[in-house]
Amino acid sequence: MASLDDLKKRISSVKSTQKITKAMKMVAAAKLRRAQESAEKGRPYSEKMNNIILNLSNGISDIENAPKLLSGTGEDKVHLCVVMTSDRGLCGGFNTNIIKKAKIFFQKILDDGKTLKIITVGSKGYDQLKRVYGDNIIERISFKDSKNVNYFDADKVGKIVIEKFEKQEFDVCTIFYNQFKNVITQIPQEQQIIPLNTSEKAENSSEDNYEFEPEEDEILSNLLPKNISTQIFKAMLENSASEQGSRMSAMDNATRNAGEMVDKLTIEYNRSRQAAITKELIEIISGAESL
Amino acid sequence: MSEEYSLEIVNPEKSFLSKKDVTEVVAPAFEGEIGILKDHISIISFLKPGIIKIYSKSGEDSYYVNDGIIEFKNNNLSILTSLIFNLKDIDKQKISEIMKSAEEELSKSEISDQAKYLLDQKIEVLKSIN
Repeated sequence: MASLDDLKKRISSVKSTQKITKAMKMVAAAKLRRAQESAEKGRPYSEKMNNIILNLSNGISDIENAPKLLSGTGEDKVHLCVVMTSDRGLCGGFNTNIIKKAKIFFQKILDDGKTLKIITVGSKGYDQLKRVYGDNIIERISFKDSKNVNYFDADKVGKIVIEKFEKQEFDVCTIFYNQFKNVITQIPQEQQIIPLNTSEKAENSSEDNYEFEPEEDEILSNLLPKNISTQIFKAMLENSASEQGSRMSAMDNATRNAGEMVDKLTIEYNRSRQAAITKELIEIISGAESL
Repeated sequence: MSEEYSLEIVNPEKSFLSKKDVTEVVAPAFEGEIGILKDHISIISFLKPGIIKIYSKSGEDSYYVNDGIIEFKNNNLSILTSLIFNLKDIDKQKISEIMKSAEEELSKSEISDQAKYLLDQKIEVLKSIN
């Protein structure tokens, strides 16, 4: 049994850890609210954008001449995967879940004999992937310095993706992120952004005849790059809300576990203190008896 | 019959502005300014940097936009833009910041004609409001 002093030290160290996790939980809760708000506020933009694009692509009759961002290169050889993770740890299974999902996808691509290229957004993803897929990572981006998720960061990622696409460095682009459902549940998602999946019908796609100014394909070729940035931005917003939610529940668990540990240690401490007292008493009594 | 229609301006961060009593919007479309009145034909177009003027029952407003897409359908006008601000509460410092980055971009050699045209436009508009 550990000595009384050791137990005391352990109790106080667990208590101070508990203080830290509690503070982190509070901070995450405050940040979560903000992140959730901005995720909700950002939705109309991406939804509207999506709708316009669906309307436009339905209007395009000549599939052959459609912009490549929409129809793809016609091949399926090189896959680019954008894995979006957080820059900070201590957020439960948040990063691991994305990585797990991504790894299954990677394995499938490699098994099919296709080429895999990876862009990591957020340093934690890079840390987890570099050991196995280090050679496949062509770019690592981190937004440690920007405090909030903003569109210009997303635009930067989007521009990198488009630039690579124009240089024909890949055929298909997929992004990985966590979708925020609620504080406890975040669903890792894979979403293909190039070529765009237009099979879903536009919300209110009617027989509307739009007037286009300039021509459809010109509008489309201007819109599609923007849409990619928008999708990435949406993913970043969802991700940041998920990260805070995940951290909040992880820290909540940690605080509770620390509390349990303190209880257990306190019981052990009291017991050994009592044992010491009893031992001393026995010694005194038996000493007195022998006199 | 009323001559009003509804307008919604959204940027990536939030829904920027929503109005129900708009009578006319003049927007800097790519191929020249367009004015939109009620019962305009459905149209999709995109914007170049410039000033959007909104006339409504409650008054007249001007906004600077960096770029954007404009969609008009069933008397609903949606404008999607990445950067927008009201000319009434402009921030001089911010404008000069945007202008500076535009000028930097312009000084790069490998930009396309279209990008150059857009940047020229941007600088001109920013100068005029500054």
